[in-house]
Amino acid sequence: MTQIRLLVGTRKGAFILTSDGKRQRWNVDGPHFGGWEIYHLKGSPADPNRIYASQSSGWFGQMIQRSNDGGKTWAPVGNKFAYEGDAGTHLWYDGTPHPWEFKRVWHLEPSLTDPDTVYAGVEDAAIFRTTDGGGSWHELPGLRGHGSGKFWQPGAGGMCLHTILLDPSDPRRMFIAISAAGAFRTDDGGQSWRPINKGLKSQYVLPDPDAEVGHCVHRIAMHRSRPNVLFMQKHWDVLRSDDAGDSWCEVSGNLPTDFGFVIDVHAHEPETIYVVPIKSDSEHYPPDGKLRVYRSRTGGNEWEPLDKGLPERDCYVNVLRDAMTIDSLDACGVYFGTTGGQVYASADAGDSWQPIVRDLPPVVSVEVQTLA
Amino acid sequence: MIRVVLPYHLRTLAGVGAEVTLDVAGPITREAVLDALEAQYPMLRGTIRDHVTRQRRPFLRFFACLQDLSNEPPDAPLPEEVAWGAEPFYIIGALAGG
Repeated sequence: MTQIRLLVGTRKGAFILTSDGKRQRWNVDGPHFGGWEIYHLKGSPADPNRIYASQSSGWFGQMIQRSNDGGKTWAPVGNKFAYEGDAGTHLWYDGTPHPWEFKRVWHLEPSLTDPDTVYAGVEDAAIFRTTDGGGSWHELPGLRGHGSGKFWQPGAGGMCLHTILLDPSDPRRMFIAISAAGAFRTDDGGQSWRPINKGLKSQYVLPDPDAEVGHCVHRIAMHRSRPNVLFMQKHWDVLRSDDAGDSWCEVSGNLPTDFGFVIDVHAHEPETIYVVPIKSDSEHYPPDGKLRVYRSRTGGNEWEPLDKGLPERDCYVNVLRDAMTIDSLDACGVYFGTTGGQVYASADAGDSWQPIVRDLPPVVSVEVQTLA
Repeated sequence: MIRVVLPYHLRTLAGVGAEVTLDVAGPITREAVLDALEAQYPMLRGTIRDHVTRQRRPFLRFFACLQDLSNEPPDAPLPEEVAWGAEPFYIIGALAGG
């Protein structure tokens, strides 16, 4: 029997929401790790009962938790994230050199084939890997060592590596994104990286709006059937690339605002994408107090609002970068969480929505598992 | 026997009550107590002291015998009452944040 499992990370713990394939009635389990910030949880595609969680606290630092039974029980695993060699410096907000300091894990990306291998995107920006189920973590130093690292600068949320995409057709290829450095790609399993930011324009943010690095990328997404096609929600602008990031073009089209955080791709239609427009970087809430998902069936440029079942007035929440996910049923389910503690679900690819829960702590991340 | 009182979140992480007891060999210093604590409860590694710098986490404080020992050198002897087990060594989450 098909089951849907949502892994929800919040500012005060993790929640696991489950439903059958109809996705109408939900069971809410949690909080797990109550009182801790859970930036991200993600299950292994190779073993869905293997789930990893990033647990952190301003008081007690970083923990990584692992479950081998679908989130029923958890055990702490390794939490030492030490930069390789001399950590060096990046740029601080005022443009002066600042030592690289580990703060937290923003994103965990399990391998597509091995439950014991997981990539971790961290703040200050770097990528780490474990091959022993989280027991030990080792940096892939070629990213920070790319040469531009000393020019990276934090965005308002910190200098975080928040997106990791694994190419299902080429295990040596990965894409990552950093705020506020930009997007990078490796073609050799993480040994060497190159920035893939050609076509991104950050006017008023960078001295050179076409700079190789320094762009505030909020999120990138791909459809597994077309890993050379990438979609990006930048700080401002929605963009696409048809050449694995070598070049980008803007596809914001008729969006009411092209600021936002999330972007994701339909499970079965590679040209159908979703964003949640946010009014501006100064306000961080939806335009006109109306919470709307926008869908493009043309790979961008032409967008339609999806608001059936979503708040039509007085809504001033945000939807953070890791807080949208899409299941693989037909029709695919689309889910997102808000800083107001709501998790919304659509069982019809976005045509209509219902809240699963309304009063969780602020939601940081949402991931879905489609279980046979 | 050294007594250590842990803050709530570290108790739940280690699966213990408010107070734990430790056998500590040699001079009773903060560093020796924390080393023994982490050896007995490995899941606490990195939560009190940074893994790399070994510095106290900024929002944690150390108290014993009504004294704030947070900024004492890590190898300074702890009060004798702590060494005897008459008084506990407190690890406290500082009042910070909202």
